[in-house]
Amino acid sequence: MNFEFSEDQKLLADQVRKFLDDNCASSHVREVLEGERVYHEDLWAGIKELGILGTAIPEQYGGSGAGYLELCVVAEELGRAVAPIPFGASIYLAAEAILLAGSEQQKSTYLPQLASGETIGTLAVSERAGEVSPRTIALTAKDNQLTGVKMPVQYGTIADLAVVAAKTSAGDDARSISLFLVDLSAVKRDVVDSIDPTQNMARLTFEDAAAEPLGGAGEGWDILQKVYDRAAVLFAFEQIGGAQKALETATEYAKERYAFGRPIGSFQGIKHMIANMYVDLELARSNCYYGAWALGTDAAELPEAAATARVSATTAYQHCARNNIQVHGGMGFTWEFDCHLHYRRSNLLALNIGAKSEWENKLVDRLEARNAA
Amino acid sequence: MDFEDTKQEAAFRAEAREWISANAPSYLEEHLEKSVFATVNTGPYDQMEESKKWRKTKYDAGWTCLSWPKDHGGRGASPIEGVIWRQEEGVYGALNGPFGIGEGMCGPTVAAFASDEHKQALLPKLASGEEIWCQLFSEPAGGSDLAGLRTKAEKDGDEWVINGQKIWTSGAHYSDWGLLITRTDPSVPKHKGLTMFFLRMDSPGVEIRPIKQVNGQSGFNEVFFTDVRIPDAQRLGEVGDGWKVSLVTLMNERLSIGGGMPTGFPEVFEFVRTLDGADGPAIKDGAVRTKLAEWHCKANGLKYTAARLTTALSKGQTPGPEASIGKLVAGNMMQEIAAHALDLQGLSGALLDPEQAEMAARFQAMLLRSPATRIEGGSDEILRNIIAERVLGLPPDVRVDKDVPFNEIPRGSA
Ligand SMILES: Cc1cc2nc3c(=O)[nH]c(=O)nc-3n(C[C@H](O)[C@H](O)[C@H](O)COP(=O)(O)OP(=O)(O)OC[C@H]3O[C@@H](n4cnc5c(N)ncnc54)[C@H](O)[C@@H]3O)c2cc1C
Repeated sequence: MNFEFSEDQKLLADQVRKFLDDNCASSHVREVLEGERVYHEDLWAGIKELGILGTAIPEQYGGSGAGYLELCVVAEELGRAVAPIPFGASIYLAAEAILLAGSEQQKSTYLPQLASGETIGTLAVSERAGEVSPRTIALTAKDNQLTGVKMPVQYGTIADLAVVAAKTSAGDDARSISLFLVDLSAVKRDVVDSIDPTQNMARLTFEDAAAEPLGGAGEGWDILQKVYDRAAVLFAFEQIGGAQKALETATEYAKERYAFGRPIGSFQGIKHMIANMYVDLELARSNCYYGAWALGTDAAELPEAAATARVSATTAYQHCARNNIQVHGGMGFTWEFDCHLHYRRSNLLALNIGAKSEWENKLVDRLEARNAA
Repeated sequence: MDFEDTKQEAAFRAEAREWISANAPSYLEEHLEKSVFATVNTGPYDQMEESKKWRKTKYDAGWTCLSWPKDHGGRGASPIEGVIWRQEEGVYGALNGPFGIGEGMCGPTVAAFASDEHKQALLPKLASGEEIWCQLFSEPAGGSDLAGLRTKAEKDGDEWVINGQKIWTSGAHYSDWGLLITRTDPSVPKHKGLTMFFLRMDSPGVEIRPIKQVNGQSGFNEVFFTDVRIPDAQRLGEVGDGWKVSLVTLMNERLSIGGGMPTGFPEVFEFVRTLDGADGPAIKDGAVRTKLAEWHCKANGLKYTAARLTTALSKGQTPGPEASIGKLVAGNMMQEIAAHALDLQGLSGALLDPEQAEMAARFQAMLLRSPATRIEGGSDEILRNIIAERVLGLPPDVRVDKDVPFNEIPRGSA
């Protein structure tokens, strides 16, 4: 047994962290937060050059083929830096969907574009409030043309390519859903405001938009679940990266800020709050490592491990981000301090591929299935 | 990152498995499987006798105190081999109870501070279970504030004379030896005037009185010392260095109790699958599912945190206070799980007889024992202080008594 990342993987983390320290400081994140940019193109250009978009994309499709453990390590650093770029949408979601379900021709066409960052991809599923199910998908496909609305779509106004879930047969069962690849240049796109302005969000209106099927007809829902499981592990690493940073920020502030003649970190109310953040984060980290192992080895345990990592990391990031503000007092509630960057991101990531309550349900389903077997 | 046994680990596992299947007391298996939390079921067989027998059988074949060096009665095994052994020992591990404090805490302290002669004389017998050890640290006035202890040791020639009282001493009533921390100098600040000894529990002047616990059992005791004499040769560390010695004990305590703590999760999961609630199986209830997901995340997180610690140990790193989270999380989980499991049973949840209560009353046993887990070996609050101060580097509590001579520190009335 060896339950730790390798020295090479840690080296990769260091390298990405250094790069992000220089290119994704909070001043950069704030350029997007404050609407100067829709996303950070310069950072994206740097990431392209660094060659980490294709970390888990096989060499034959233009990636480096390093692997999923390496991609997890990268994700943790992106989360730590609250990176305002479509890395997750393009790589964990769109590229994974194409890797899982694409034809040979689709893979050779699109994956190299996504791996190089020339093309930005996203996934468009949600249409309205409530847990997404085949019943809530109304956008239809007819003769490979899509009509309907997707809202909200992550990075919808800047993505070039979307994987879209559409209704292809009557009824509300899983088999009524198929996936399509759509070139978004001809699709109407409107920005929508969200709780985390550092991540672009859009409403996409499809009117007979040309699309090509991704995967077999009626297989869309099942593919989606697989994509979500894989993405859950990767986003969970972003979440623990963010949680770690929030914990460190809170700890530092508690050492430096004085009240009643002593550092606030010497008050047990603060000290124990921070200790609890640490505990939640350590549990989440261990669950994420297990998820990484399952993703990296494509283990039969992946669905359970992914849901565990997702629920645990969501809890930890929300907890750490929320209490980071509390530790900072009034300063924590200012626009000027960075606490809200994590508060926003933690609450967006808690929803982006299905809400925590959905994942809790999935997790228990999967535990039941394992115990029944 | 992998969970595969290396070739060497696989060979170790195979050897352990083969030996266990040939030598374990299989006649106890069906009873041990019925053990409920904190109570070992050996059916008609005497628990202590069976525990000692299994211990001795293992010792003779080199399967106790695995991580200790061979000349101390161990096997010189790696941390991962220790984990593998525990997996393979399975249900028979329940018989290790009486030896845990000796193996996990007293033994490592003796190994670190005793003379070679004492090590040779004491450690193999500790490993074999022939002699049982207890930890005489806590006192009425010094639990969390261990350094506030008052039991006096005064030098008299080559001996020390002990007077005072210990409390909450687990297993004192069946122990042969005790690891004893005393105050040898009350005129200096509290951490500086302490000295550590070991003594035989049948020394003249030692009186042991059992304490009845919340759950009706008597696992721990009061221990009184009246003019008890201990040879100076049974001192561990220098006079006045008792605090330093105790830190070695406590660090080992955290490692030994943090790792494989039960959480109650597998039991409650099994329970809600089978319990017929108002609308079918309890597991279909939304509120139950939310809790199950949360508990699973914690239990799984603890399991793989232990795996990370084992990996760190096997790479020669010494995991420090990080190990504190095991007991902190598990203790709270057990208490919460017990209360939820009773809640789902309605008034029947109040039943305590294993013949009548659901799941042989394991949740009721858990309800009544779990408060102790949050106190023993460092309370929740102390563990949070440790995490905050030693892992995260937050400033220490204001300690009004730190630099004050011990005999001038204010005392409360409780
Ligand atoms: C089942 C069981 C077995 C035990 N076995 C042994 C044994 O074998 N040998 C042995 O030596 N001891 C043993 N103990 C004793 C145990 O170590 C102490 O009970 C424990 O350290 C707490 O000390 P206390 O009981 O004096 O409580 P106190 O220290 O009086 O604590 C009371 C409350 O105050 C809180 N508190 C105290 N100090 C602080 C602080 N600085 N900050 C915040 N909160 C604080 C505590 O968390 C607790 O909630 C055992 C205890 C139990 C329950």
